[in-house]
Amino acid sequence: MKYTEEHEWLRVEDDLVVVGITEHAAEQLGDIVFVDLPEEGTTVSKDDEVVVIESVKAASDILAPLDGEIVEVNEALTDNPGLVNDDPLGEAWFFKMKIEDLSALDDYMDEGDYKKFIG
Amino acid sequence: MSELKRTALHDLHIELGARMVPFSGYEMPVQYAPGVLKEHLQCRAAAGLFDVGHMGQVILRPRSGDVADAARALESLVPVDVLGLAPGRQRYAMFTDDAGGILDDLMVANRDDHLFLVVNAACKADDLAHLRAHLGDTCAVDEITDRGLLALQGPAAEAVLEGLAPGAAGLRFMDVATLASDFGPLWVSRSGYTGEDGFEISVEAGQAEPLARALLADGAVEPIGLGARDSLRLEAGLCLYGQDIDRSTSPVEAGLSWAIQKVRRTGGARAGGFPGAVRILDELDTGPGRLRVGLRPQTRAPMREGTRLFAAETGGDPVGAVTSGAFGPSVEAPISMGYVPVDLAGEGRNLWGEVRGKRLPVRVAALPFTAAKYKR
Repeated sequence: MKYTEEHEWLRVEDDLVVVGITEHAAEQLGDIVFVDLPEEGTTVSKDDEVVVIESVKAASDILAPLDGEIVEVNEALTDNPGLVNDDPLGEAWFFKMKIEDLSALDDYMDEGDYKKFIG
Repeated sequence: MSELKRTALHDLHIELGARMVPFSGYEMPVQYAPGVLKEHLQCRAAAGLFDVGHMGQVILRPRSGDVADAARALESLVPVDVLGLAPGRQRYAMFTDDAGGILDDLMVANRDDHLFLVVNAACKADDLAHLRAHLGDTCAVDEITDRGLLALQGPAAEAVLEGLAPGAAGLRFMDVATLASDFGPLWVSRSGYTGEDGFEISVEAGQAEPLARALLADGAVEPIGLGARDSLRLEAGLCLYGQDIDRSTSPVEAGLSWAIQKVRRTGGARAGGFPGAVRILDELDTGPGRLRVGLRPQTRAPMREGTRLFAAETGGDPVGAVTSGAFGPSVEAPISMGYVPVDLAGEGRNLWGEVRGKRLPVRVAALPFTAAKYKR
């Protein structure tokens, strides 16, 4: 598992990168009430805003961690945004990306570095 | 940055695991461990305890000894019938300015030999100066700084408070009384800011924490932060000063005409005589140009404060804006309030709100979003 400074986690699964947000992020955001997912098949560049999540407090974006194509989105979040609070590291993944070169993931933090990052 | 002030319950909030934030110059709990959604639902299902000790408590004591003199004096600043407010009763009011805008909204209670006011934290310094400048000859204007203020709200509030302060259950909505308790005399009003039945309780500062602990000892009561306070009041269709009302909005535009009694309106025995009366009476007589309305976004995306509203899906200038918007936990959908021209203010009217550059459908809806549960 890799982590971004935007509090996303990245997990490689069958050559795809699965993206979600960390427990820390979910806790900071508070109760999630709305998730706006991208279209499957969208080509994105690193740092594009691809998902909008709204908590009881405010709206925030999830950025594309890498260049690639969104091949699958987690429709369950549309009907049940609260899943992000209940199971951020498991069932509440946001999207799966196909990327050219998985070694691009190496630039991101591992769990130990992320824990230090959030202090 | 100036030092944040603390209420009498500060240490209790920390002990209860609150997340504290700066609010109107005070360090206040925005939420506790359960979070905004659960706290909101707790208040609607059983009871919630709110620290509102940041709000201003003000006594207007008539120099003549006759509370009618204080009432008459206060009527020069509010478009409300204060003289007709019976002892032991409370009423909603607003200070208006010469242009007919709103300087602050407040509660006024007739406590027999004096008037008791509760004003917004952010406005209290200005309110005190305003009162002293205009009423100083008639009344002593005293800010009460040695009392805390709690709100106990929700269907279980009556039974819980009756156990600690006998007589609470006998009050009706907007009654006020001084009730004896183990925590000294409590100045209790049956009112609140959630749409639920409930009470606001002024208590000696040193007794605020013991009282809060005693209330929380009841299994029906949980502490509620500012986050849920905001979603509760929004579902109840109640205005937040600085967002839904301010100097740029008149009471009539804000849909608060119900708070302006007949006696202060055109043809009434004490018509006018408050700041901005020309505009406010004219709007009462001929209708305002715009109105605060309830809004139901037709997608799941919340439309928050500042969202621009349009009459059509494409083209045209904005016709208004959202002043408060959030997800309504009891409504289980996003809800907003905002201002629109009167010809677009009819219930069911379809409008569009611009969210992240896209116009999404939103429908004008009746307020409140959740039925009020007041014990009248």
